[in-house]
Amino acid sequence: MSDLHLATNIYHKPDYDPIRKGFGRGLLEAGRRDERVVALCADLTSSTQINMFADAFPERFVQVGVAEQNLVTVGSGLAAQGKIPFVSSYAAFSPGRNWEQIRTTICLNDRPVKIIGSHAGLYTGADGATHQMLEDIALMRVLPNMVVIVPGDSLESEKATLAMAIDKRPNYLRVAREATPILTTKDTPFEIGKAYVYAEGTDLTIISTGTMTYHALIAAERLFSTGIDAEVVHVPTIKPLDGVTILKSVHKTKHVLTIEEAQINGGLGGAVAELLGEEFPVPIKRLGMRDRFGESGEPAELLEHFGLTAKHIMIAAHDLVKKA
Amino acid sequence: MTNNKKSYTTAELELIANTIRQDIIKMLLEAGSGHSAGPLDLADIFTALYFDVLKHDPLKPNWDQRDILVVSNGHVAPVVYATLANAGYFDKKELKTLRKFGSRLQGHPERKLLPGLETTSGPLGSGLSQAAGMALSMKMNHDNHRWVYVTTGDGELDEGNIWEAAMLIAKYKLNNLIAIIDRNNIQIDGTTEHVMPLEDLTAKWEAFGWHVIEIDGNDMEAVIDACAMARAIVEKPVAIIAHTVPGKGVDFMEYDYHWHGIPVGAQDVGGAPPKNEQAKVALHELRTLRGKIRSEHE
Repeated sequence: MSDLHLATNIYHKPDYDPIRKGFGRGLLEAGRRDERVVALCADLTSSTQINMFADAFPERFVQVGVAEQNLVTVGSGLAAQGKIPFVSSYAAFSPGRNWEQIRTTICLNDRPVKIIGSHAGLYTGADGATHQMLEDIALMRVLPNMVVIVPGDSLESEKATLAMAIDKRPNYLRVAREATPILTTKDTPFEIGKAYVYAEGTDLTIISTGTMTYHALIAAERLFSTGIDAEVVHVPTIKPLDGVTILKSVHKTKHVLTIEEAQINGGLGGAVAELLGEEFPVPIKRLGMRDRFGESGEPAELLEHFGLTAKHIMIAAHDLVKKA
Repeated sequence: MTNNKKSYTTAELELIANTIRQDIIKMLLEAGSGHSAGPLDLADIFTALYFDVLKHDPLKPNWDQRDILVVSNGHVAPVVYATLANAGYFDKKELKTLRKFGSRLQGHPERKLLPGLETTSGPLGSGLSQAAGMALSMKMNHDNHRWVYVTTGDGELDEGNIWEAAMLIAKYKLNNLIAIIDRNNIQIDGTTEHVMPLEDLTAKWEAFGWHVIEIDGNDMEAVIDACAMARAIVEKPVAIIAHTVPGKGVDFMEYDYHWHGIPVGAQDVGGAPPKNEQAKVALHELRTLRGKIRSEHE
């Protein structure tokens, strides 16, 4: 769609950049704009890209060591005194290890802490199942007051970070480690709580988030020549879910395929199924991790193994549309 | 209170603490559930804090120059509520709504519901680190005229989050933070040394880079003096280990861990009066305690 100003080279030779780097740039800029922005890290400053902020504003950076429970609770205390804390670690540890502290001291206590879960999903690759966090979306989505954001590329991650800095609620930002294709441009809109139709179609709605939106776009492009006109709805905010945009698309296509690099249980697939189950039941197929852990390997190998590529989307799309 | 330091005599403070203890018993009897031992043993410390130590204003709970008290051991909610009400944060009549549907006095403190609460707590071990964040923020702002106090239980020190916070507070030399540990030696399943030994507790805090002051936590003057000394120590953060008698003031509760998590009137406990007489006996003992308060005779 022209008003979205998507990158023109998505389908042939896209540019690549890690989504986590967009967070690093966004936080640096947020720090320049507002001196209340502070950053905390649990011994992973360069991995999570929070080092850009730490180098620029050392007096506003807190190194908590390998202590994720402390990471979020010190963040809660800083927020209580009017700071805007961004706290980063690997998603497997934060929010993996410190969920109760997030629940009580941030969500129930209503303190606007910004939690960055880096190295989420299968793109974490060789580190293996312990570090490939697949349950973070579900863990954060179930918490009242929490906003859950999963950007699709580094530019969107940068915009999301800036939006989080002025959002009054607790936020969770899920970012991936490896360089992934850049889908958007600096002019592409991003607003917390909004989903975007990245490709228009009439036969099927592919609902994707994070790194999977690229694969969804490639699949939609190829599906067209095989007789299926697919719409791609990119959902960078999983909570609150943009039901209006999703339902508008599904009313048109009446077929839904979701894809995410996370557990379907409680993830994007869960959220969409809940929405459609109540509002507009239609045939739905959900791609993602089905109640199992990942393993070591190159990201491309893992996506192939777990059925999360354009090819797998195409097979599922044909199955879904034919069956209906 | 506010800027009127020492506006109460020790005798007056001890009487306020006694009133708070009676309120605690009445609240728990009405509620039918809740914790007894900790709230009773903390009545002196909470009285000292709200009626002498803290710079605060019940009419302006969000005053930006106030000192802050983080209650990490949220299960002592009855003493928190009774103290806030006696200090003027809300009407004492509301105390009888403790734990009832629709009440602002939730079973464990919820910050957003009641003026005077600085955080939501109950799940243990996370108050010290929140206090650290508050103290850090004040340091970043070069705000050197405010203090962050935090109360923790002793059983709560089993939590790893406490020691994560202890390291960070020492690292950042947060001498504007004072931790008060309610060393009453009991937790739900028994004595602390039986459930999970804490001793040598002083050595532990010192090893983590803290200065430790040990006091009788049921001695009003000792509590006030320890807080003053803690504020004067600038090289290190200070932990006040306040030795208290669990269930303080009610003979049949004192030193008995069974009263950690239950109210009067709910069940028969060996050594205590039958459950339907517990409240009457407890209140009678607290009233006669007024006569035992040393300063009242002076």
